[in-house]
Amino acid sequence: MNRNLWRRFKNNAALSVIYALTGLALVPLALVLWYTVIKGFPAVSHPEFFINVERPVGIPGSGISHAIVGTLEMVGMASLIAIPVGVISGVYLAEYGHGRWAGWVRLASDVLVGAPSIALGLFAYAILVVPVHHYSAISASIALSILMLPVVIRTTESAVGLIPRGLRESGLALGLPRWRVSLQLIVPAAAPGVITGALLAVARAAGETAPLLFTAFGNNLFTADPTHTMSALPLIVFRDALQPYTELQDQAWGAALVLVTMVLAINLASRWVLRRQIRLAGQL
Amino acid sequence: MAAAVDARLAATAPPKTRERYRTITALVSAAAPAALIVIVLTLVQQSAPAISHFGLAFLVRSQWDYQTLDFGALPFIYGTVMTSAIAIAISLPVGLAVSLFLAEPGAGGIRAAMGTGIELLAAIPSVVYGIWALYVLAPFSLNNLETPVTQHLGFIGFLSGPPRQTSLFTAALVLSIMILPTLAAVSRDVIRAVPRGLLESSVALGATWWETTWRVVLPTARAGIFGATVLALGRAVGETIAVTMVIGNRDAIPTSIFSPAYTLASKIANEFSEATGSVLYPAALVELGLVLILVTLTVNLVALLLVRSTQARMAA
Repeated sequence: MNRNLWRRFKNNAALSVIYALTGLALVPLALVLWYTVIKGFPAVSHPEFFINVERPVGIPGSGISHAIVGTLEMVGMASLIAIPVGVISGVYLAEYGHGRWAGWVRLASDVLVGAPSIALGLFAYAILVVPVHHYSAISASIALSILMLPVVIRTTESAVGLIPRGLRESGLALGLPRWRVSLQLIVPAAAPGVITGALLAVARAAGETAPLLFTAFGNNLFTADPTHTMSALPLIVFRDALQPYTELQDQAWGAALVLVTMVLAINLASRWVLRRQIRLAGQL
Repeated sequence: MAAAVDARLAATAPPKTRERYRTITALVSAAAPAALIVIVLTLVQQSAPAISHFGLAFLVRSQWDYQTLDFGALPFIYGTVMTSAIAIAISLPVGLAVSLFLAEPGAGGIRAAMGTGIELLAAIPSVVYGIWALYVLAPFSLNNLETPVTQHLGFIGFLSGPPRQTSLFTAALVLSIMILPTLAAVSRDVIRAVPRGLLESSVALGATWWETTWRVVLPTARAGIFGATVLALGRAVGETIAVTMVIGNRDAIPTSIFSPAYTLASKIANEFSEATGSVLYPAALVELGLVLILVTLTVNLVALLLVRSTQARMAA
């Protein structure tokens, strides 16, 4: 009896420790979000923050519009490369994924997910900045597209894999060639899952700083020219946070708030799309 | 009969077309492996001057002087290893608890909410962790962790003072938060793959939840959890921006974990765009990047093989 009491006590103690530690794990999330909102709010509450470009310290009305445009443009260009290539690779893995080549592709994309983003920046610098002797937004986009690629590949593969065999078999039974079954039946049915993957990749790329340091470099001009330097939200946060001026620190927190809002919104949107996908796949 | 069906199939979908679809998608899928190989080769080529000048001694020398062009990677390797190791030590118990919590069936609502929270933790950009660590975590850690520890345990060499806001320990602390989602999510998947039959046998013998977890679940999933830890280690090693903002940037091997240090990634981030003059200086920085990517790729490969083999064994 005593022994059983002790066992029950041990069980309950272990459970409480696990609940406590899980709660503890969420504390940083709450704190990061709380401080970003509180410290970022003063900067964000001025409308010119979203309209103007950065101004020197001491001159009021500084803003980050150029960085917002820069982030959108660089991530957009990266998506134009990474999403088509990633989706086609993912479809290949799902359709013909049993061979040795597919194994290599899978391994390469799993390993690429863990490649340090700063190394991708060095790579883009070497192949696109060194030859032309100046920094460019397009080199940053190349680095970001490599970062996005494996995420798109693996989520596409698993989204296509979720589609029931019946759909494919009915297409083939109707005499459709395999490429039409794949592109006109399977991929549309898996579209929400594919979009989820693309959105997650976009959110990941939008928050990256390291690949931009020696590629886009940053500036304080409102520009859309991809062959020259360009600013981005993470660059503003990184550079201004380390400055001794409170105006710049406030600006960094404001940019961080805009960035977090953007990234979390994309993330939550992707979750919503995925939930629809799972419901849809259940109906097929 | 079979021949007739084959003939009709061949008529509707000529093998050539089907093969062409396969060939085209297979060619596009070469992008990921190609990128990996080209990246490594480019970094080798860019760091060639430093590799040929310093040889393998680069890895064990601890000078870093761009005026005399004397470069060695040891302080940065040390900083990277130490920050990652401390981060794992902090994150592993918490991550394991979270994964056990998330892997349990039932209480769907609260578990789903917790799971979403942990995944959002992974979604927050590194630079936002960086600014938060610099202005909130670092002062907190200085006053409530570093100062008391150095006062009471300062006689132990690696815990000696004076504590700094930006230090190896602060960097490790923010890393431990950043790798937690990887650790928790991968461990959860491994724990979920433990065969139900094993759990049920244990429960049928009268074991409590904790006895089942401690004696059946964790031993069965051990290799996979180790793999998850290694995967998280890879993340910690490659993490750049948040670490750069709080590590303190010092080119020497610190004696205390509360002293400023440097990691491979943060050294590159801080100095590469200013590395002009001799070819040797940028080449040495690229070589740091090469060391970094080779280490992370190896670590990731090992982790993947561990996680996969565990899952495959449990499925069998």
